[in-house]
Amino acid sequence: MTARGQRSVVGSGGLLLAVQERGRTDGPTVLLVHGYPDNHHVWDLVAEQLEADHHVVTYDVRGAGESGVPDGRSGFRMEALVADLVAVADAVSPDRPVHLVAHDWGSIQAWAAVTDPEAAPRFASFTSMSGPSLDHVGAWMRARLRPGAGRWRQLANQSLHSWYVYAFHTPLAPLAWRHGLTRLWPVMLERREGAAVDRQWPGASLATDATRGIGLYRANIFQHVVRPKPAHTEVPVQLLVASGDAFVTPELLNGIEALATSLMRRDVGGQHWLPRSRPAQVARWVSQHVAAVEAGARPTGRLPTPVVVVTGAGSGIGRSVCLAFAERGAHIIATDLSAATAERTAELCRLLGATAEFHRLDVTDGAAVEALAAKVGAEHGAPTVMVNNAGLGLAGSFLDTGDDDWEQILQVNLWGVIRGSRAFGRLMVDNGEVGHIVNIASAAAFTPSRTISAYATSKAAVLMLTECLQAELADRGIGVSAICPGFVDTGIAVATRYVGVDDDEQDARRLAADRLYKRRRITPDAVADAVLRAVDRDRPLVPVAAEAWLGLLAQRFAPRLRRAIARIDLTPPTSSRAEPADVPSR
Amino acid sequence: MTISIGPVASRGHTPTPDQLDAFRRVQQLTYAAAESVAGELQAGMTEREAARRLRRRLIENGADDWFHLPFAWFGDRTAFRGFKVPLQFFPTNRRLEEGMPFVLDVAPVVRGATADIGYTGGLGDNPALERVCDDLAAYRALIVDQVRRRRTFRQVYEAVDALAAYQGYANRHHAYPGHVIAHQVLPLAESPGVGTTFGFGRRHLRSLSRSIATGRRQQWSPLWSGDRRSDHPPVNGLWAVEPHLGLRGVGAKFEEYLVVTDDDAYWLDDDLPHVRRWLSRGITDVGAR
Repeated sequence: MTARGQRSVVGSGGLLLAVQERGRTDGPTVLLVHGYPDNHHVWDLVAEQLEADHHVVTYDVRGAGESGVPDGRSGFRMEALVADLVAVADAVSPDRPVHLVAHDWGSIQAWAAVTDPEAAPRFASFTSMSGPSLDHVGAWMRARLRPGAGRWRQLANQSLHSWYVYAFHTPLAPLAWRHGLTRLWPVMLERREGAAVDRQWPGASLATDATRGIGLYRANIFQHVVRPKPAHTEVPVQLLVASGDAFVTPELLNGIEALATSLMRRDVGGQHWLPRSRPAQVARWVSQHVAAVEAGARPTGRLPTPVVVVTGAGSGIGRSVCLAFAERGAHIIATDLSAATAERTAELCRLLGATAEFHRLDVTDGAAVEALAAKVGAEHGAPTVMVNNAGLGLAGSFLDTGDDDWEQILQVNLWGVIRGSRAFGRLMVDNGEVGHIVNIASAAAFTPSRTISAYATSKAAVLMLTECLQAELADRGIGVSAICPGFVDTGIAVATRYVGVDDDEQDARRLAADRLYKRRRITPDAVADAVLRAVDRDRPLVPVAAEAWLGLLAQRFAPRLRRAIARIDLTPPTSSRAEPADVPSR
Repeated sequence: MTISIGPVASRGHTPTPDQLDAFRRVQQLTYAAAESVAGELQAGMTEREAARRLRRRLIENGADDWFHLPFAWFGDRTAFRGFKVPLQFFPTNRRLEEGMPFVLDVAPVVRGATADIGYTGGLGDNPALERVCDDLAAYRALIVDQVRRRRTFRQVYEAVDALAAYQGYANRHHAYPGHVIAHQVLPLAESPGVGTTFGFGRRHLRSLSRSIATGRRQQWSPLWSGDRRSDHPPVNGLWAVEPHLGLRGVGAKFEEYLVVTDDDAYWLDDDLPHVRRWLSRGITDVGAR
C-alpha cells in the first residue's frame, strides 16, 4: 500500500505542524527532520530514493514552511521541538518506533529526543548529519579549554566556523535575510556546497523560514552549550561526517560516540548539505542502517574501514606505506609486478592486525588496472586511499636514451599513475565517501639534472597531473597529494637502469648509488609517515628529505642556481673494487 | 680506496681457549639473568624498573664492571621509533602493557670477561613479534656464512640490509651510534671497574678507543658498520653482533659473540635462549656449528 499526501498534526502547545507522507505504508517508517534555514523540501531528493521501500515522513519544523509559528523565543525551546517530534512520530506510526534521519538543526533536536529517556523508545534508529548534540558541544568545548594536543587550535577553528551562531544573536541576521541574502543564498548553495537547487528548495518561503528560525539559536544555544547536561542514548545512531563541512567541523564530532551505546560513524566526502549534494548516497546509507537495525543488529564502530590500494607494494616505499596503514587497522590491497613480494607485504600487514589481500598487477597493462578496480569496486565500493607508487629508475645521457627506454619509463612512472588515478578515482567519485589519491612523485619532479632526464620528466609529469587532479576532484571531497621523497634507501638505486654503459659499469654505478642512498639514511618508513600526513591533513605536496625541500626552494627563488646544479653530473664515483653484496633473489 | 690484504693474523685479537671459556660463561650467566628478569616483567612495570632489576641481578652474579649498563626498551621503543638523539636509548618511565614487545640489552664484565647480549621478549600475544623473532634466525646463519667466506664486513652488513629489505623489515641497528651492527670486545684486566660515563664502562671506552686508533693504522675498524671503514676482510677476535629488525612499532634483536679466526668464524655459544627457541619451533638453519 502506498501513501502520498499531507496532513496536520497537533504539536506541542497546540501548534499545527505540516506533515507529508509518501512511500509504502507497510515499510519501516523513516522520519526526516530538516535543519535551518530549510523546510521539508530539503529532503525531496532523498525521499524519492527511499520511498520504494520505506514509509517516508517529513514535516516542517515549527516556524518553517507551512507549520505554525510559535509566539516568542520560548516557543523554540528544545522541549517544544522534542515534543513536536514525538507528536509526529506518534501520529504517523503509532505502533512501531520510527527511524529518525536528521540534518543540521533537525539533528540537534533529534539528539535531544533520543537522549531524552521518555522520548527515546519512540525511535528505532537515528541517522545524524551535521548537527551535534548541544550537550556534546558544551562538553567538547569545555574539554578543549585545557592546553595541549592541539586542543586550543581545534577550539579556535570551530569557533571561527561558528561565526553565524554569534551573528544570529545580533539584530543584524534578520536584516541580512530581509535584504538580499535570500537572493545570494541559492547561488552559495550551488557553488560553495555543490547542492542541487530547484524551485522547491530553498523556495519562496526562505526569507520567512530563515528569519523565524533564528529563534532556534537564540532559545537554545547559550543554555545548552554553557550548561551541558550528561546525555546518553540506547538508540542505534549512524553518524555521517562530511569532511568539508564549513559549519560543523569533523573534529567537533570527535567524542560524540560516548553519547550512544551503539554508534556507527561514517566519514564521507562533501559539504554541509549532504541531502542535496549526495542524495543517492545518503539514501543508500540510511537504507543500509535501517535494514541492519530492523534485522536486529546494532552497528557500531567506524566506516568505512579504510581500504588502501598500493601499487609497487612489494618493496621499498610501497611496502612501508602498506605497513603504516596496516598499523592503523586499514584493509590493505597490496599490488606489485611480483606476486611473491606483494604476498609477503600482505602477510606482514596481517601480522600487524590488519586485513590484507595481494594481487599481481602490471601498471603498464591498462586492462589489468581496470579489472582490479572493478573487483575492488564490487567488493569494497571504493578504496579510501589509492597510492600510486610503482616506479622505475632510469639514468644516463638523454642522447643515449632510446625510444624503448622512454616508452618503458613513461609507461610505468606516468601511465601507471594515470591509469591508477583514473580507474580508482572514478570509483571514489561514484561511491561518494571520503577518498584520497596519493602519487609518489620525486624531488626530481622539480630538480632538473643532466643525468636523469627521462626519470625527472616522468616525475614532473606526475606532479603536474597531481595538481590538475587536485583542482578537479576538490569539489568531490577527494584529496590528491604528491609526495616528493628525495634520496630514500629503497631498492630503486639497485634497480635503476643506466643507459649508454655496459653491464659491469651499470653494476658498479648501481652499487655506488645504493651506498650513497644508504648514507643519506632516509628510510621508506619516513616516506610512509609523509603519506599518512598527506592523507590526514590533505596536503597537496609533501617534500620529505631536505634535498626535496631545497629543490623546491631553488625552483621558486634561485632558478639560476638550479640550472647550475642541473649541469653537474651527480652520478656517484664508482669504486674500483665494487663487488656487490650477496642480495637475496628479488 | 685500497685495502692492504696483509697477513691477517697481525690484525685484531686472537683470544686464548681460556679466555673464550670465560667469555662463554659470562655470556651464559648474562642471558640467564636477562631471562629471569624477563620472566618477572608484568604489565605496569617501567623500563627503569626492568633495567634496575637486571643490574642488581647481574651484580649478585658477580658483575664487577660494565661495557654498558642495562638498557630496557618497551613497546615501539624496541624499534627506536622517533629516536633522534642517543639519550633516548636510556631507560624511561614507559610502562609495559599486555601485548608489548620488550628488549633487554646489557653488557656486564665479570673478572675481566665481558658479555654483551640482547634479549627480546613480549608480554602476552604478539604475532608480529613472534614472526620477526623467527625471521631473525636467517641473520644468524647469514652472518656467520658470509664471514666464513671472507666477505668484507661492509659486504656482510649490506647482505644483512638486503635480507631485511627482502623480508620487509627496517634495519634498526642503523639507529645505534655509529650505525654499527657489531663491535669488537677485548678482554680486560681482572681488576674491578673504575665506573661508567653515560652508562658505558670507562675501561671499555678506553680499550675501544685504543682499538679504533690501532684499527685506523691497520685499516680496519672495531666498529662494524656499512661504511667505508668497514670495507675490510674479517678481523680476528670476539665480535658482539647485534642485528636489530623493526616492523613498524615492533623491534627485535639478538646479540651474541661471533668468534673470527684466521680462516674460520663461528658463534661462541649455540646454547642461547633465542637459538633454543628457534630449534623448538622447528627452525634449524640458525648458523649453529
